[in-house]
Amino acid sequence: MDAEWAMTGLIMVPLAAAIVVYVTATRFVAAWGVAVAMIQTGLTFWLTRSILQSGPVQVPLGGWEAPLGIPLYADGISVLMLIMTTLVGATSTCYAAAYFSALQHDPRRSSSQPTIQTFWPLWLILWSALNALFLSADVFNLYVTLELITISAVALIGLAGKAQALVAAIRYLFAALMGSLFYLLGVALLYSTYGTVSWHLLAETVQADVLTWCAASLMIIGLLLKTALFPLHFWLPAAHANAPAPVSGLLSGLVLKASFFMILRLWFYVFHPVMPVSAGWMLSVLGSAAILWGSIQAIRQQRVKLMIAYSTVAQVGYLFLVFGLACEPMGMLAWRGTAYLAFAHACAKAAAFMVAGSLMYMVGSDLLDRWEGIGRREPKLIFALALAGVSLMGLPPSAGFIAKWLLLNAAIGNGRWEVAAVIVLGGLLAAVYMFRIIGVSLSSAVPMPETMPIPRMMRWAPLVLAMVVIVGGIVTTEPIRLLEIGAPPIAAREVAP
Amino acid sequence: MTFQQWLPLLVVASSLIPGSIIFVLGEQQIKLRTALNLAGAVVKVLLVAIMLWGVSLDQEYQVRYGLVEGLDFALHADALSLLFVSLAAVLWLLTTIYAIGYLEDSPHRRRFFGFFSLCVTATTGLALAGNLLTFLIFYEMLTLTTYPLVIHRGTPDSLRAGRLYLLFALTGGAILLLAVVWLQTLVGPVEFSATGILSETDPALYGSLRVIFAMLIAGFGVKAALVPLHGWLPQAMVAPAPVSALLHAVAVVKAGAFGIVRIVYDVYGAEFCGQLGVTIPLALVAALTILYGSMRALYQDDLKRRLAFSTVSQVSYIMLGTAIAGPLATTGGIVHLVHQGVMKITLFFAAGNLAETLGVKKVDQMRGSGRRMPVTMAAFTVAALGMIGIPPTAGFVSKWYLGIGAAQADQWWVIGVLVASSVLNAIYFLPLIYAAWFASPPDAWPDERPRGRFETSPALLFPPLITAVLTLLLGVFAGFPFSPLEWAKLIVLQEYAP
Repeated sequence: MDAEWAMTGLIMVPLAAAIVVYVTATRFVAAWGVAVAMIQTGLTFWLTRSILQSGPVQVPLGGWEAPLGIPLYADGISVLMLIMTTLVGATSTCYAAAYFSALQHDPRRSSSQPTIQTFWPLWLILWSALNALFLSADVFNLYVTLELITISAVALIGLAGKAQALVAAIRYLFAALMGSLFYLLGVALLYSTYGTVSWHLLAETVQADVLTWCAASLMIIGLLLKTALFPLHFWLPAAHANAPAPVSGLLSGLVLKASFFMILRLWFYVFHPVMPVSAGWMLSVLGSAAILWGSIQAIRQQRVKLMIAYSTVAQVGYLFLVFGLACEPMGMLAWRGTAYLAFAHACAKAAAFMVAGSLMYMVGSDLLDRWEGIGRREPKLIFALALAGVSLMGLPPSAGFIAKWLLLNAAIGNGRWEVAAVIVLGGLLAAVYMFRIIGVSLSSAVPMPETMPIPRMMRWAPLVLAMVVIVGGIVTTEPIRLLEIGAPPIAAREVAP
Repeated sequence: MTFQQWLPLLVVASSLIPGSIIFVLGEQQIKLRTALNLAGAVVKVLLVAIMLWGVSLDQEYQVRYGLVEGLDFALHADALSLLFVSLAAVLWLLTTIYAIGYLEDSPHRRRFFGFFSLCVTATTGLALAGNLLTFLIFYEMLTLTTYPLVIHRGTPDSLRAGRLYLLFALTGGAILLLAVVWLQTLVGPVEFSATGILSETDPALYGSLRVIFAMLIAGFGVKAALVPLHGWLPQAMVAPAPVSALLHAVAVVKAGAFGIVRIVYDVYGAEFCGQLGVTIPLALVAALTILYGSMRALYQDDLKRRLAFSTVSQVSYIMLGTAIAGPLATTGGIVHLVHQGVMKITLFFAAGNLAETLGVKKVDQMRGSGRRMPVTMAAFTVAALGMIGIPPTAGFVSKWYLGIGAAQADQWWVIGVLVASSVLNAIYFLPLIYAAWFASPPDAWPDERPRGRFETSPALLFPPLITAVLTLLLGVFAGFPFSPLEWAKLIVLQEYAP
């Protein structure tokens, strides 16, 4: 019963902590966060070990079997997502603790900015909901957890308190609610047709008929809106760029992955046999467009956080290449590569946003022009940014390289040269915007005199996360083995034309 | 793990570990940093010496680590890798000493020496790479670790040069990545083996293999500065002198040339290359590069730019020897890998000394510099004569083997190229040497900064002196065991094994 305790704990511990900090309004709120992070790390480790030893686990929560109870399910990919959440979550927690405590003493702070007290309950609820989503075994629970994630994410963006941030938060809220409606409609259709919401049961009974296609399309479109796949990315740059420093990384790194994970689950575990190949390729084409469009927009930005946010638009594009590639013989490689890329991007992007947040706190602006020579003051941060950039560009040694290598193998092995070209071109464009930042920061222009000292933790947290990405390019056998546990039978399945 | 597995790892780690520690140290911990640097460099030379001894006794040094299926990280010491890794180890030691003297009291030395060590780590890694993938990994790592060195000064000029360098190198890397994945999907993982692995391939794939060959050469040609992919190299001259020395003699340019040697001999195989008909185009590109680089060098009045174009030209001797593909020409090409490194690093050390001590950066400012800095200019002279190919320098040995190799392969036009290039080399080097020794020095040097009681500080003086002596020794004692020439013959024996 090892796994059951770990799974329950991963959901309940942050939730309980959120309630405690909110109700007691304790002054040692950051300590609670750090304690949760430590417990989560232990639980994730425990669960990973158990899954590696004994394969996928399904547990009915509290012993109630379906259809009454809420079943939890953990396989390789959900554990990888949990590891990702724990890594990014724990470092963000430490980062946030330092950030908000520094902000309280910041003379530049306007009175409208809310205090540290508001951040923690929201973040802990978000954390709990993320874990619950990755462990959900039915499509309705997925919906509930996704809503929780959306609501807390919107509130977290609003924490920045500036008009820009509020507008972005509202826009995000509307887009996300729209997405939820589509998804819920699809779930309702499925339930009325098949009488179940468990995705295991759906996978066994799903038929290739019009109603199923409608349901699948509605659900996927709703989720695409939340995952910000081009051209539905309109809400993302403003929302991610204007959020407070610790929040941006969480949004780009984790929140987007939640809805993407749902698409992966639904597509490959439920709808894959009944989806037409053309639908998969359509997603891949949109993904390719996202890579190019997002990268070019990133290059054109003057604000670093916007640059990094557009980079997310591009990187999300990479995640969608798998839907076309998986229809062909080497699809399994693409699937593994995509799952690993989701992990790599989360760590790299969160690190990049943390660096941007720290430097923005230091100089009071994220305009690239103001960052001239900043690397001479803060070499550690620029080093972390460069390491994260290595993964975003897909250069070795990094987790991003391994993921891209797998994707490229699938693309070229299947003779999909256009996809291979986009993958490589996207990496080069990423190099353009990453090195634009790094080049400016290393220039010998004299840095501006008025800067705030950066708390030590705001240097180390991004560096640790960036190191994880590099280590993820060296220690790869374990994560890839993990992904084989409960992997969808892509290769074995005959695909409908 | 046995010692045979540990040794290649240790050779790579001997610069990786000092480099990593240097990043953690403070900027002002100069003594500790210097000690670490030198210790790492000395240890690397010793380890390589052990390895050299072992390989000459037919020991196998190999280590392998699976990343993903079809993606193995493999280090393997064969005769060819040892040639390159010995060059890198010895010249790194000298360049480290030089850099310590050169950068005295300048800012950001921690960053410099950290990346300097990582750069050498990448170079030794790709020298020891046992398969194409490992090579690719270190090749990209080399791009990333040299960028901070190129832009070290942080001036707008150097930032522009850095951008150009990245544009070329990363695009080359991307083409390389595509080619490697493509090759792997056709024939499986590509291990380096002495006579190539592709000769058994299905003839239906010959077309694809030709395209892949072109892509691989283009990818490596960017770093090897094959015309028309050489545009970044002259711009990268804004980097500090030790960086230029390393870039031109050991790390970047050589990595590209070494990659091409690997592709031709250890992936495709010399014979199979001939069968595919790809050697002649490669030889033509190399010949064009040799002539073009020399021509452009004539017109440069900036000393370092002249040397840069000279590199463009000289490195292509390696490709030329590789592409002619007879045993003797191959010997000439491979041995030039070492000889060019030793000669070119001498020239850059000397140019750096002139710039640091006298402020001399232009060619016409060199008048009379031989009287003010006799040792430096003597070293410069020896290396320049070597570049022209005058006996008994190392450069003569390379050219001799290239020439008789061309004759053996019935490629008489190559001898014409060699003669033309030697003449051009003479035209752009001899006037400098003449002016340095026989013209009278100016009343005042542009920016004179005396350093110590010698003509310049010892750390700047001894490295070029040593490499100049090496240039002579490598020529005079070319026939001795363990000389680069004998070692190159050993490699050729393996490559052309029946």
